[in-house]
Amino acid sequence: MTQTPIIQIKNLNKTFGAGEGAVVALDDINISITSGEIFGIIGLSGAGKSTLVRCMNLLEKPTTGSVIFDGTDITSLPDKNLRHIRQSIGMIFQSFNLLMQRTALDNICFPLEIAGVSKKEARVRAKELLKIVGLADREKAYPAQLSGGQKQRVAIARALATKPKVILCDEATSALDPTTTQSILALLKELNQKLGVTIIIITHEMKVIEQICNRVAIIDNSHIEEIGIVDEVFRHPKTLAAKKLIFPKGDISEELTGNGKLFRLVFDGNAADRPIIANMILKSGSPVSIVFANTKKIDDKIFGHMILQLPESDEKVRQILAYLDMEKVTYEEEKYDVQ
Amino acid sequence: MFSEGMFSLMGIGLLETLYMTIVSTAMAYFFGLPIGMLLAVTDKDGIRPNATVNRIVGSIVNVLRSVPFIILLVAVIPITRFIAGTSIGSTATIVPLVIAAAPFVARLVESSAKEVDRGVIEASLSMGASTLEVVTKVLLPEAKPSLIVGAAIATTTILGYSAMSGFVGGGGLGTIAINYGYYRSQTDIMLVMVAILVLIVQIFQEIGNIISNKCDKRIR
Repeated sequence: MTQTPIIQIKNLNKTFGAGEGAVVALDDINISITSGEIFGIIGLSGAGKSTLVRCMNLLEKPTTGSVIFDGTDITSLPDKNLRHIRQSIGMIFQSFNLLMQRTALDNICFPLEIAGVSKKEARVRAKELLKIVGLADREKAYPAQLSGGQKQRVAIARALATKPKVILCDEATSALDPTTTQSILALLKELNQKLGVTIIIITHEMKVIEQICNRVAIIDNSHIEEIGIVDEVFRHPKTLAAKKLIFPKGDISEELTGNGKLFRLVFDGNAADRPIIANMILKSGSPVSIVFANTKKIDDKIFGHMILQLPESDEKVRQILAYLDMEKVTYEEEKYDVQ
Repeated sequence: MFSEGMFSLMGIGLLETLYMTIVSTAMAYFFGLPIGMLLAVTDKDGIRPNATVNRIVGSIVNVLRSVPFIILLVAVIPITRFIAGTSIGSTATIVPLVIAAAPFVARLVESSAKEVDRGVIEASLSMGASTLEVVTKVLLPEAKPSLIVGAAIATTTILGYSAMSGFVGGGGLGTIAINYGYYRSQTDIMLVMVAILVLIVQIFQEIGNIISNKCDKRIR
């Protein structure tokens, strides 16, 4: 992975409407996306993430600020040049947005027609792409005859047709079932590795980020709250927005009784084979309650994740933490919302 | 009453009616299709919003559409004379028919174009399509089934208008119905003319529906 930025967003603001009815969708966004990475942008609905991704190819015109694609500030480009730049930025959508009156093959030919590629060449390229996305036998099918996952594969092939440097994915898996989501994400990852294409993923699902992203930006309330390497953000979420996304609130929930402090523990792969919690309880001689636990696979490493409620006694808490230090388990007090 | 002369008169009337209807529909689309696309594209939710253009063109369309056809027919006689050289006969009638039908066609086309999924338009813009490319490669082909249904509606409406032109000597089945049925009170002849008109409308509508379904790839 080279370190050159492919997309830089500087001081970007987007306001819809004007005067009293104006709505701020994005507020002072600064992001630099490195060529070749898979960059995730996660946020709840209404956070502004869809507007942000649309600003990257100027489907949405930023109110102020600049979007620099491969060294060129595209916010000030004349229409014709912008259309040319857009051919290097593919995009896929939640609702696939295929041309319903064209076959799969002709859908893939479409961006090539716009780019001025001859019909014959376009068909050759489209057939290659159908093979890459695993739909070589469905070239004559119309979108209405394809399943959701197949439609998204055609859309991915279409996005790749003009050999773009970047692919923007706007909630690309949100309309798909979990199994299909897995296969689409695997395909995106494979394309990223094989072709070196930079992928930017907008989603509201942490699972999508965990599975394929290198870095993640957390957007909440029109702001970027946190940007970092996925497992870093996952181990040490700094902001409330990040914590909310990593452990959905419902999981820790209101049923808590007792006044003990909450601690969040993160185990990486090498701690997983020892009975740490059991030993911890034996050593300190006091029981703890497990409030939340799961494991996640990030970048092919397994992380265990647990929220414990420790005894009320400060002395016991000290003992337990000392033990965790010794075992090199990452922990952090959870201060947010028990109530 | 149905003498041999009457039959040949009806034959000619039928041909005149079809001639007026088909030529007028074609010309109404020649003018109405681009105007309808212009209205869809310049709409505030269109790909090139332009309130001024949209309002001006929209107003002209509305004014023309709100004039009752029978009045328009008389009002445009000078224009008809200028273009066709006469104001009587089926060729002359094509002029008011096109003037009346083109704005109607424009609205039909506009509404078909607006049915095209916004997401598909957005996708094509994201690939770098120009406004013209969106119109020719996305709006028109994607709206095709709906445009064909619209064309069937336009054709049958124009057929009705052409019959109305019988009152001012427009030719075709309408003239026969009015001359014999109305002025000479031969109700049976009028009824036969009406029956033929109804039949033609049915046929056109059915053909439109069949073609529309055949070319629509969203079904099956």
